Order: sequence, then structure tokens, then C-alpha cells
Amino acid sequence: MTRHLRVDGPNHDDRLDHMAQGVIGQPLNRLEGPLKVTGRATYAAEARPEGMIYGVLVQAAIPAGKVLEIGDAPGALAVIQDKRMIRYGAQGMDEKGPTSGPNQVEYMGQAIALVVAETFEAARHAAQNLAIRYKAKTVPVNPEAVTPELPPKKQSAVGNVDKAMRKAAFCVDQVWHTPAQVAAAMEPHAAIAEWDGNSVTIRAGLQMLSSNRKQMADALGIRESRVRLLAPYVGGGFGSKLGINAEAVAAAIAARELGRPVMVAMTRQQVFDLAHRRSETRQRIRLACDADGHLSGIGHEALVSSLPGSEFSEPVTQATPFTYQAAHRQIVHAVARIHRSPAGSVRAPGEAVGVTVFECAMDELAEAAGIDPVDLRLKNIPDVEPTTERPFSSHKLAEALREGARRFGWADRRPTGQRVEGEWLIGMGMAAAVRVNMLVESRARVTLVQDGHAIVETDMTDIGTGTYTILGQLAAEMLGLPADRVEVRLGDTDFPPAAGSGGSFGAASSGNSVYLACEEIRSRIAKAMGCNEADLTLQDGMARAGNVVRSLAELVDGTITAEGHLEPGKTEKSHRQATWGSHWAEVAVNRWTGEVRVRRMMGVFACGRVLNEKTARSQCLGGMTFGIGIALTEAMEHDPRDGHAVSHDLAEYHIPTHADVPALEVHFLPERDAYVGPLQAKGLGELGICGAGAAVLNAIHNACGVRVRELPATPDRIIAGLDP
Amino acid sequence: MQITLHLNGTSHPLDVDPRTTLLDALRHHLGLTGTKKGCDHGQCGACTVLMDGRRINACLTLACMAEGHDITTIEGLGTPGNLSPLQQQFLDHDGFQCGYCTPGQICSATGMLDEIAAGWPSHASDTLDGPFALTHAEIAERMSGNLCRCAAYSNIVAAIRQVAQGTGREDAA
Repeated sequence: MTRHLRVDGPNHDDRLDHMAQGVIGQPLNRLEGPLKVTGRATYAAEARPEGMIYGVLVQAAIPAGKVLEIGDAPGALAVIQDKRMIRYGAQGMDEKGPTSGPNQVEYMGQAIALVVAETFEAARHAAQNLAIRYKAKTVPVNPEAVTPELPPKKQSAVGNVDKAMRKAAFCVDQVWHTPAQVAAAMEPHAAIAEWDGNSVTIRAGLQMLSSNRKQMADALGIRESRVRLLAPYVGGGFGSKLGINAEAVAAAIAARELGRPVMVAMTRQQVFDLAHRRSETRQRIRLACDADGHLSGIGHEALVSSLPGSEFSEPVTQATPFTYQAAHRQIVHAVARIHRSPAGSVRAPGEAVGVTVFECAMDELAEAAGIDPVDLRLKNIPDVEPTTERPFSSHKLAEALREGARRFGWADRRPTGQRVEGEWLIGMGMAAAVRVNMLVESRARVTLVQDGHAIVETDMTDIGTGTYTILGQLAAEMLGLPADRVEVRLGDTDFPPAAGSGGSFGAASSGNSVYLACEEIRSRIAKAMGCNEADLTLQDGMARAGNVVRSLAELVDGTITAEGHLEPGKTEKSHRQATWGSHWAEVAVNRWTGEVRVRRMMGVFACGRVLNEKTARSQCLGGMTFGIGIALTEAMEHDPRDGHAVSHDLAEYHIPTHADVPALEVHFLPERDAYVGPLQAKGLGELGICGAGAAVLNAIHNACGVRVRELPATPDRIIAGLDP
Repeated sequence: MQITLHLNGTSHPLDVDPRTTLLDALRHHLGLTGTKKGCDHGQCGACTVLMDGRRINACLTLACMAEGHDITTIEGLGTPGNLSPLQQQFLDHDGFQCGYCTPGQICSATGMLDEIAAGWPSHASDTLDGPFALTHAEIAERMSGNLCRCAAYSNIVAAIRQVAQGTGREDAA
């Protein structure tokens, strides 16, 4: 029995607030935590099927062209060059496999073959010593040196921003550059493939199993029912595991050809080349306001890059149309087609760099107009979505700004360059946080067992987001069970297909499907109790209606199983859905070296219902730390001659370390969003990154007066602006 | 080549390729996958194990170099039903998200607390000869060889400080 819901209208029932168990929202420890802290949770490359052999990917050493010949590999079992091997990873939610044919090279570092041997050491040695002949082709690799495409659907204009700029009391017209960035999840992409007859089971690091299964079936040329994917634990994703990648397809092909299970794990350097990068961006922002700080013009022009033919282009301006109001607005989205490593989704595609740069521009306008940065934002919050005039499903930006200013001590902020402690210049900065919200179709199965425990099954993944725990809490709350009486099974395509982890939609989408399944089970218990479902109270394994109290053991004959099926509906179009927040940072800039230390950082966030206060907070810590990386350290450099990724390991690409991050502070605003399903919960995994870097960059300016518009703000770039 | 590894108190005879790292010996040959491979060349700390009580990168150590030493991996520190104090505090403080860097963080923290007890200073220490105030900065500095992309850093430091307090090792909050 399946309970289905299409979210076509509001839900003001607050049902989860009226359940009796009292576990939803609680800061419970992660269900799978004991396995993770003892090293017992098993990730992609952590199975050892009998007879397993090892494959190592071979990469192209030319920017584009053709592989003419690959020599022998002494000591190896095989060199696989199957034409089904893919040239780059699938984009999130693709229904088909990516372009195949590894002999045609589209970028330096593309996977062109797989060497398989009895041991990892032998495979690696053989792969490194292959003789390969190419026919190279000259191709553009520099985004600034080609004429970009201007996809018509991605341009928009209302009024005349040029005119607004001419008439403005104050304005900003500047260009920012953000470098390419990468997810750099700690677990490198890996897969173990094993065939049983004509069916393949692939254990891999993947975020979205239901679409990954379609991609894999298409890539291998077999029916979807012949593909089973397993991803019980995923060592981080941040977008890099949204789609299948070269290692999993190659492992499946090799396992078929050699008749043995094959493991292929990417090296860290291969991850930098083969997992999607976030495109570098060039952003021109124009802001015009009147003497009181009311915006009259907003222009946001973005140049990004991707491979020729790729449908993905970094949606830099995604939040710009609805964050602030102005009569005159223009969006320009330009795409340079170049042959660098493939571009795709990295945590909060669009807003991560778009909101960050936009919020730096707002800081510059506040300075130009002599208005407090918080006030400037408060003055320009729209009542309805500009242009479309759609209502917002909920809107918490103003509250997040005021609450943040109060908690952070914003009133103590001093004018630029006036707070000095020895050789350190101290400053405070802030930024708004905003991220679009969405739901994605999702299914889950819940089984209530007579002895008072429940099982949740869905092919949803937990990539560190807390899925195991929140789905367990939801079922426990709805079915009136202690949280430790719910077992959650994820990451297996034998379970009902879920939304997957991506775009911050995972918790709300899969959570609503679990809620629906539990609602169906509650209806059946209510029937056995002879009451309406609404009048039923479930708590600690007991059912209560009026004066009647019975145990689940009496009411459940063996088991009750139900499926929940959630689909987004009309509220997706009728209302602008977004999550809101504010970021606050205090930094110290060294007068002589230009070194920046983040001394304090705080975020205030509103994301609808918080399902687990502990794991939700951790999501925000992660996002804010990504923001520190964007502001200060992260840059993927490509060689301008051949486009190869130069900074392709963790010593060259600097993600923040322990020493870069102070004790971060996170606060949630209580909120129930009625337009996002009965959970009233929205996405949170990405909000913490959106604008976080701007708070740091704006604090740097407040500290020392330097505006860094070419990110990251490394010491050399700050010294260049400091007084000698 | 034939080697014997002393792991978590047990001897394991192994026949491995001389090029096999300690990390791959653990993961590929012994099925001890708690020790993680994040970069395979000493940049991320996910493979941190204890050799004679000191933290090392298992990816930069050949298996044959580990002969004659006592190796402790995450599996040797505790079990899901019997967590070490650090494992318990990582759990309670949510000192991890995806969990992939976590065994390395915990092994590293285990070794790090012993280094402090032995009077080893760090770049963040006020004095060279101790005792050291276990501030956020002191612990963060000492743990910076262990990267966490989920960025549980704030929670990891809190977890470690809690353990240090419990053992009377924390000189100042």
C-alpha cells in the first residue's frame, strides 16, 4: 500500500509538533556513529569479494585529439579500452550515461583505459609505464580567450540598468574573479563491480542511486533491472558523486571481461581531473541606489566555462533575481566552451560563488552610500518575488539579519582600519545567506514489526548529512517508538527509489516519503483501534485513543508495511521557495605579511523545521568552512597552455585545516514552511556556504581597507593593497 | 616477500609485494578498512595509525618497514560496544559527518594527547617546555595534519578538549 502526496498546496497542520514521542528535532547522536568512530562503516572500496583484482585508470596526456595506440602492459592481466567507457562523469539527475568512447580525448587527464592486475601494486606500475601514441589537436583552453555563448534562456532584463546607474545617488560597478574550485571529498571515487550471470552489482561512492542506476544501465547497454548499486556509506560528496564516473563504468566492464570482481579507486590526483570542478567565474556587478540606499538598479553578468556540448553551466546568478528588489535589473550569463576538466555541480552550485560576490558588492555599495551594511540589506528586501510577483513560501532574511547583528555584537564594529592590536588589524564583516529550495520525487518503505521496532528502507544516501539519523527520528516520532527501535537501511537500489543527496533536497524529499509511509501505517493502526488517525496517539510502543490504550503487539499482526511517495507539485511554481540566513565574521589581518586569521564566525539560518539540531548544526559548520576556503585558500589552477589541472592534490589545493577554523557558532531561527510538504522542512546542506566567504572578505576590508576582487584573498593580494 | 605485522596486539604473517604500503597491507590484505586512503601521499591524514604509540601516515610507510613495531589502528582503539573515551566524545560532539577522515582524526588525537603529556611543544604553544594550556588554538594546530572536508573541526576540537578535561590533562579552558 502506497500513500502518495503531490505538494500542490500549503500544509499548516504542524503535525510533527503534535506527536507524542518527542524525538524529532532532538540533537540525537548519529545512528551509524558508533560504526564510523570505530572504523567499521564500510565505504566504496571496502569490500573484498573472493577473487577480486585491481584496476588503475590511465589518463590522457594531451588536451584533445585521438588515442592511436596503447602498448602492452607486462605484468598486467588486461588493458581495457572498451568503447563504452565514459569520457567524463554524469551530471546530477541525468537519465542517460555520459558520452562514451575513451579514444576521443576532450581534456587533459581524461580516462582513456584501465589496466587490471592481480595486485594494486602491479596494476599501478603497469598503468604508469604504458606506451601511448596520440594524435593531438589544438583546442581552446582559456575561458577569457574565446567568444562565449549567450544562451537566450539564461539572459533577462527589466527596465534599463544603464540608465539607473547614470541617475543613481551612489553606485558600484566592479568585476570579480573566482577561481575553479573542487569538492575534494575525503573519500576518493571508487567502485567494486561483480557480475552474477547478466546482472552486475556495483558498490561505489554515489550520491543519487536511482538516477545513477539509469546512467549505469545506459552506459553499459543493459537493462536497468540488471544493475544493482550499493552505497551504504559515502565519504563525502559535495556534488562530486552526483553522477556515475569513469571508475565505476570501467570496473563493471573489466569485471565482465575478466570474469572476476574488479576494484577501481581513483588516485587523489585523478579525482581532481575527473570529478567535476566548479567553474571559475568572472562576475561584473552593477548596483545603483538613491540617497537613502534604496536600490534602483541591479546588474549581474557572469562568465563561466564548460566543455563544448555540456548542458551544465554554473548558475552564478540563481539567487540574484529574488534576493533584493530594484526597478531596473539585468542578468547576463555567458558560457566559454573550453577544454578543461569537466565543470559541474559543487556544493551550492550558483550561490556559493554568486551570492558571495554579490554580497561583497553590497558591502561596497554600503560603504559608498555611507549606510550600515545591515541597514542597506534591510531596506531592499522585497515583499514578493520581483518580476514574477510570486509570494515567498516564507521569508526570514530580515529576522536573520537582526538576530545576527544582535548576537555577534555588530554595534561594536569600528570604521575601516581603526581597530589595531599590535601588528594585527581587526575587522568585522557580514553577508546575507540565501539558497533556492526544492523537492524531488522520493519513495521509502517503512515496516512496523509487532515487537515494537520499525525498519525504514530507501535507496537514499547518507553522505555525512545525517540521513540515517533523521529518517530514524521521523519514523520514531510518527510511530511512537524510541529512536533506537528504528533501523534505517539506505544506499541500495533494491530499496524504493529516493531523491538522493544533492541540491539540499535530500532530507526534506526523503523525509516526506518516510512521513507518508508512517502516516499510512498510523491509519491502519487507527482502524484496528476503531478511531480516526488524527485522534490516535502513539508513544513508546503503545497506542492510545480516548480512554483506550493498547500495545502495538496486540494491534499489529506480524508486520505492517507501507510505502510513501512524495512528488513536488504546484507550490514549486506558485511560491518562491528559498532558505535564508546571515553570516558574520571577525578577522585579523597581519599588517606586514597580509596573513588573515578568522577569529570569530557565526551563522544564523532559517530552513523550516530542523529535524535534528545536532546534525543540522554540523551541516552549517561545514558550509561556513567551505566559505572560509572560498575567501582565503581554495583555487584550482589550470595551465594556460594545455588546460591541465596544476593544483591537483591536497598540498596544492588548500582546503581549510583545523588551524584555519575557529570555534564556529550556529543559530537556527524557528520556522515552519507550509509550502514544502507536511514536514515543513527545507534544505540546509548548502545554505551555510552561500555568502559565507563574503562575510570574511568584507571583514578583511573593515580591518585593513583592502578590497580583494580576485579570489582567494591570499597574503600577496592583500599586501598589494596595504600601505607600504 | 614474507613479513609479520604486529597489529592491535596480534601477529599477522603476510606475503606482500615489496611495494605494498602499510596502508594497502591493512586495507587490501588484512581487510582492516578502518584506516582510510584519502590521498595516498601524506597530505590528508586519513590513514593515520599509531606505530609504537606515535602517529604516522600509513600511506608513507611500506608494510615491510612496519615489521618489528607495534601498530595500532582504529580497530584496536575500541569497538561499537566499547568505545574509547575519544571515540565516545567524537560521537557525542558530532565530531564527524561522512566519517571518512574520522579514524585518522581519532588515531591522531590519541597520539597527540600523549605528545602533550610527554611535554612536546607546538607552534601554538606559549612555552617550549610546558605545561601547555589546551586551548582551541593549541589543539587545532596539533591536529592540522588531519583534513576534514565536511569540516567538523569545531566539534572535533571540542571532543578532544572534553577528553583532555576528563583525564585531568587540560591546564586551562
